[in-house]
Amino acid sequence: MAITLSPYARTMGFETSRDAEGHLLMTMPYSIAMRGRPGFVHGGALAGLLETVAYATLSEALGSDDKAVVKPINVTVSFMRGATEQLTYARATIERLGRRVANVEAIAWQDDPEKPVAVAQMNVMLSR
Amino acid sequence: MTATPIADTFDPVAFIAMATRSGHNRTIGSRYHAHGKYPDGKGWCELALDYREDLVSDPETGILASGPILTVMDMVTSISIWLTTGIFQPQATLDLRIDYLRPATPGQTVIGRGECYHITRSVAFVRGIAHDGDPAKPIAHVAGTYFFTAS
Repeated sequence: MAITLSPYARTMGFETSRDAEGHLLMTMPYSIAMRGRPGFVHGGALAGLLETVAYATLSEALGSDDKAVVKPINVTVSFMRGATEQLTYARATIERLGRRVANVEAIAWQDDPEKPVAVAQMNVMLSR
Repeated sequence: MTATPIADTFDPVAFIAMATRSGHNRTIGSRYHAHGKYPDGKGWCELALDYREDLVSDPETGILASGPILTVMDMVTSISIWLTTGIFQPQATLDLRIDYLRPATPGQTVIGRGECYHITRSVAFVRGIAHDGDPAKPIAHVAGTYFFTAS
């Protein structure tokens, strides 16, 4: 299923790909447009990447036949390390896909997925 | 040790002008709106985020994506800490939680307001709201913590 990126995601230059297991990956190439404090990616850009990969993963899991409208309830982002001026990867895991609510976790990393730069926990409403 | 009053050296207007000249804050087009201190000395700051079609989450609804709103809330809550202490000091966001109360109205400028409500030697606790015209009808609430990296 093709991923349709939002205008925001295109403005940010997010790109989609697959890992070896076919899991959706989203990447954010570094540019000055992402910079927060000197030398580091802005936390808001990381949060935007995490939310975008979470929604894309959820949209794939729901499939094109499901007409549920996805609405954000809340997001908690934890920042573990400073993200430096390089490519950032992100992927999401759906922890529970209910009829009305989905719980999704997304992680972002640079060199090593075992050393995340940021993790987001999201609660999403599915309006049917 | 006797506490010596320290003159506020942090200038939020100059800081925001510098921070929005390049980098991610410029990408989303956030700008200074207001700042101040409560009677108890705790700081608050507001930034404005003008509506832009290239920042929406869905072209059909025209609703602003949450990423730019998070960027604004990170910035205003950060600045509220430096306003509270009166000095700029390096800090890292530990976490930021955002509750989406309702979607932002397409076309409306979003105002993000952040305040520092408690501070320790190592950690600052912040909260804030975002609204699109009426502060009594917020679009989002945030709560977060920052860690002073130099302490």
